[in-house]
Amino acid sequence: MTDAKAPSTDVVLSLRDVRVTFRTADGLITPVDGVSFDIVRGQTLALVGESGCGKSLTALTILRLIDAPGRIEPGSRILFDGRDILTLDDKHLRAIRGRQAAMIFQEPMTALNPVYSAGEQIAEVVRTHTSDSRREAWDKAVAMLGAVGIPSPEIRARQFPHQLSGGMRQRVMIAMALVLNPSLLIADEPTTALDVTIQAQLLDLLRDAQQARGASMLLITHDLGVVAESAQRVAVMYAGQIVEESPVAELFASPQHPYTQGLMAAMPRAGRRRERLTTIPGTVPPPGAWPSGCRFADRCAHAWSRCTSEAPALYQLGDGRTSRCHLVVEPERRTAVRMAGALA
Amino acid sequence: MSEPLLRVSGLSKEFPIRGGILNRVQGSVRAVTDVSFDVAAGETLAVVGESGCGKTTTGRCILRLIEPTAGGITFDGVNLRTLRGAELRKMRRHIQLVFQDPYASLNPRMTIGDTVKEGLIIHQLAEGAAADKRVHALLDEVGLRPEWTRRYPHEFSGGQRQRVGIARALAVEPKFIVLDEPVSALDVSVQAQVINLLQDLQRDRGLTYLFIAHDLGVVEHLATRVAVMYLGRIVETASAEVLFTLPIMPYTQALLSAIPLPDPLAPRDRIVLEGDPPSPADPPSGCVFHPRCFHPDKDAACTQVIPPLEEKAPGHWAACIKQPAGTTDFFLPAAALRSRRTAVSPAT
Repeated sequence: MTDAKAPSTDVVLSLRDVRVTFRTADGLITPVDGVSFDIVRGQTLALVGESGCGKSLTALTILRLIDAPGRIEPGSRILFDGRDILTLDDKHLRAIRGRQAAMIFQEPMTALNPVYSAGEQIAEVVRTHTSDSRREAWDKAVAMLGAVGIPSPEIRARQFPHQLSGGMRQRVMIAMALVLNPSLLIADEPTTALDVTIQAQLLDLLRDAQQARGASMLLITHDLGVVAESAQRVAVMYAGQIVEESPVAELFASPQHPYTQGLMAAMPRAGRRRERLTTIPGTVPPPGAWPSGCRFADRCAHAWSRCTSEAPALYQLGDGRTSRCHLVVEPERRTAVRMAGALA
Repeated sequence: MSEPLLRVSGLSKEFPIRGGILNRVQGSVRAVTDVSFDVAAGETLAVVGESGCGKTTTGRCILRLIEPTAGGITFDGVNLRTLRGAELRKMRRHIQLVFQDPYASLNPRMTIGDTVKEGLIIHQLAEGAAADKRVHALLDEVGLRPEWTRRYPHEFSGGQRQRVGIARALAVEPKFIVLDEPVSALDVSVQAQVINLLQDLQRDRGLTYLFIAHDLGVVEHLATRVAVMYLGRIVETASAEVLFTLPIMPYTQALLSAIPLPDPLAPRDRIVLEGDPPSPADPPSGCVFHPRCFHPDKDAACTQVIPPLEEKAPGHWAACIKQPAGTTDFFLPAAALRSRRTAVSPAT
């Protein structure tokens, strides 16, 4: 691997060569295959990719939320605030989950418990991790609901998830995640199920809450617009691997990996009305059907023989950027044709 | 202007709310209220809005899959509201629907060949070898391999299934297709392929689209005209170009400014609306948007007068009593609009 840089002191979360395997009827698959990244204290790293690329599974791995038949392979390392998550016993792991690192899921309706009120669910988090009384925990829950912008929090705290709108349920999830001031938030598509005006409210809320508390965030999303607004660094995933990592401004100014370039070009955007969109031919291959060599080669306009025979390393580009593409070392191979509509 | 292909006038749909031990009607949800629009042959009218605004109900009412409570629907000179039985089925050949969820809208027990062929048989357009030949041609046209006719939906990806849904709609050679969120469930790279396909089909077959969507990026790309719905009503309609550059209704402005821009350097002059959309079972009085409105001139009149959809500029209709016709005094912070227009495309 190319991750020579040692975790420095202000790194909150550090993943090294994390691999997750699943035993299936069709054999062993590796949907997360050697993922490494660092999150600096107070910053947001966005993990971007399409369905099936392994981004959500990577997020679940961080708090060891992978169930059988899934398995985090030996050799994977996850350091959170200096502690190795993968060797912690259950007691210490439970102390971290929800207290120092909290998750926000995409579907608040399935992530919330339908038979407890919103307030009870938040208070439960407080009671699990602190010695607060029932009353103190409830008061904290109500205060937190107010802090995430829920009007009349005393009333809403007594309501059940089905009585709340989608945006409000997601606020409850965020309140539950923030109530103990965790140093790391893991947000898996936190606004994907919501309308755009509600998404705008919640992105602002998450950013403000994070800044006020100095928390770090791992933001899982497929929406490059959300990335541009919320993250300082971006890691792009494809077929179980990180294919490019970069500070956000540089990524949008000059994406290096052909997959990142293809994703950006495929987005409908202002000022190009009714033109043909540039497309990436083919579809994301499922785990188990990943090509040897470069996993993107069969969809890439630049691919040459080396790409199908040799898996590219995650090459260092300097300025904290990486790209898993042989073009880094053989830039003259870049074909003049852009990944054009003609390929569709 | 010549006669539009589709004219919808005063369309309303109320769903009863039942409850109590006798299951009596206790009230109603006004899903669609007094919606009127025309769609000219060959154009793409996008109906946009957030969940629960009535856009899908509007689409279903046009096909009479949901029976409207009131209003007129004229298609190609024929009043669709009075059609019954065989006549209605015959007319449905000309108006087809493509659904949002490619996983739920295909019969898992039918091969994709049979799915595409079913319409041909029902409408007696072809049978036997001729029908099979048509199916092959249709699959080829939507970018699927003709030899796949005997495969089942589970063997296909989401994008491929959506192509099957499009082939099924095309089989009966419709003039008009209602596209209900056709690309919302697809990944970005696949979404672009399907958008291109829809544009090619429209050009090659002279199709007319009613495009129901919430993703404004996709709408800006595909639509020739846009109607914005909020809480069951159309609140603004204009050509796509005008609507995306000079929106009049405060709601439209907020909606546009809420789109996250794929440009980390763009200024963030966002209008963030307070609260959630109100319930359609208990809509606000007056302008349905007034509880969340940020217009500087908002006053008591907004809570009392239902604003009519007025032509504020040629071809540009909006429902706002505080925005007089002919004004260019748009109150979205200019920088926010500018940043939308000049969002730089990345060098590739």
